[in-house]
Amino acid sequence: MANPTPDSIDVTYVADLVRMKLSPEETATFQKQLGDVLGYISQLKEADLSRVSLLGEEDMTNRLRADEVRASLPVADALANAPKQENNLFVVPKIVD
Amino acid sequence: METASLTIPELRRKLSSGEVRPREVVDHLASRIEAVDPKIKAYVHLNVEKARAEADKANPALPLGGVPIAIKDVINVKGDPCGCASKILEDYVAPYDATVITKLRRAGAILFGRTNMDEFAMGSSTENSSRGPTHNPWDLERIPGGSSGGSAAAVAGHEAFAALGTDTGGSIRQPAALCSCVGLKPTYGRVSRYGLTAFASSLDQIGTFTKTVEEAALLLEIIAGHDTRDNTSGEQPAPAYTAALKTGVKGMRFGVPKEYFIAGIDPEVEKAVRTAIDEYRGQGAEIVEVSLPHTKYAVAAYYIIATAEASSNLARFDGVRYGRRVQNPKDILDLYGRTRAEGFGPEVKRRIILGAYVLSSGYYDAYYNRAQQVRRLIADDFRQAFKKCDALLTPTSPTPAFKLGERMQDPLQMYLADIFTIAVNLAGICGVSIPCGFTSAKLPIGLQIIGPKWGEEAILRAAHAYERATPWHKEKPPL
Repeated sequence: MANPTPDSIDVTYVADLVRMKLSPEETATFQKQLGDVLGYISQLKEADLSRVSLLGEEDMTNRLRADEVRASLPVADALANAPKQENNLFVVPKIVD
Repeated sequence: METASLTIPELRRKLSSGEVRPREVVDHLASRIEAVDPKIKAYVHLNVEKARAEADKANPALPLGGVPIAIKDVINVKGDPCGCASKILEDYVAPYDATVITKLRRAGAILFGRTNMDEFAMGSSTENSSRGPTHNPWDLERIPGGSSGGSAAAVAGHEAFAALGTDTGGSIRQPAALCSCVGLKPTYGRVSRYGLTAFASSLDQIGTFTKTVEEAALLLEIIAGHDTRDNTSGEQPAPAYTAALKTGVKGMRFGVPKEYFIAGIDPEVEKAVRTAIDEYRGQGAEIVEVSLPHTKYAVAAYYIIATAEASSNLARFDGVRYGRRVQNPKDILDLYGRTRAEGFGPEVKRRIILGAYVLSSGYYDAYYNRAQQVRRLIADDFRQAFKKCDALLTPTSPTPAFKLGERMQDPLQMYLADIFTIAVNLAGICGVSIPCGFTSAKLPIGLQIIGPKWGEEAILRAAHAYERATPWHKEKPPL
């Protein structure tokens, strides 16, 4: 594709997907900055990928271990940084009515 | 010679002979830090009493017995904060030790000080820190590099004997070059990532900052090795990296990739690196020109893959189990939305958004999938080059340290600082930056030596041979 027009990021939509409540100023600034970055990374569309299939498989095997219980982080330590906890549970606002 | 300026072998000799006691070492270092860190700001956390207590129990017979080591604030040390230079983890205290910490402790090291960094390791200047920037010891108005700028500045400023850092796109090698010290990024999988706060899981590696190559080899021996708690760590046994260090480079072949000597490099940087290449020739190595044709796509591929992985890895910071939680959340979405908006800095937010976008429906193939394929081509470029040579020689950074604030408004310009280091992470291979000179303004210049997977012995051997013949590693900043 010669000179493809870069896509653009809908920062408001993606910020919602990633659960970040941006300010209007941030949204506007990021829209511009990420537009520039996206323009740059879009040059990847020109890369010739035809050789990739000739490269063969990477040497990777899944390493499994026996399904045995091992010591893990004690509950008290796991809760030590909790903003709010009760009965060994993390407390959050009600999610379902 | 000031105690704080000793190398680790020199320090160990004095500890073994009893000439200096471990507690005195901590005190000397604490004095040095007190004297210069108000200007350098390499440290974000220091517990002198805790270090003294560890020093009192130190065993100088161990490989690092009584030797203080600084830790980048992204690696978990039980009982210490692990802030990752982020507001979202301001009050977080690590409940466990990272594997590298367990290994350092077993070797007798004293963990002393946590160093500044770009937030969640995202940056090339240490200006993205929630704690303010670190200053380059050679020119306090300039950046130390990033994201491990604190570790680099501490070692270069003789405020630490050695420091751990992390390298995802160049975050050890680039600051090492800008601060004039030895920065080693091991092969992906050489060092366990268990206990390292993840940024990009297929790219992150813990590595070292030291004044000399021998110290890098010594530290690597201690932190390298398979870890059952990190399934990406390699089962390749770790050799004694200090053993083959002094063999010299006669008969070695070094490749010079033409794509790394393009227009846009600072002429003084290019001159210093070409002079270093001549030094190798003079020592009996053969120099061959090689080509890494997909180099031009490396930064683009990285900013797709790394941000995609980051958007996933940083989803855990949601105010639920640890870290900051916003006050009076209306509901769960408000809790997430405001916690993350208030807790993350702008660069982190940008990368999370970009990363989620390139993974999102309709864009995954054009961006993420494509970038991973380009990544394979980049890795193959190196594989082909290593058929013709044992290691590659390149500049580490296209420019010396730039001024604080200079690139903060232009993220893309900032990203290009990593143009020579980034492909090494994508390929999962090893690289070390060593000092190779200074500019006329006395700013450090780094030479990068790149090796194949598990090729640390070759690059350390090459690095040592150059260091032995040159004066750069003995220079100290005027502080």
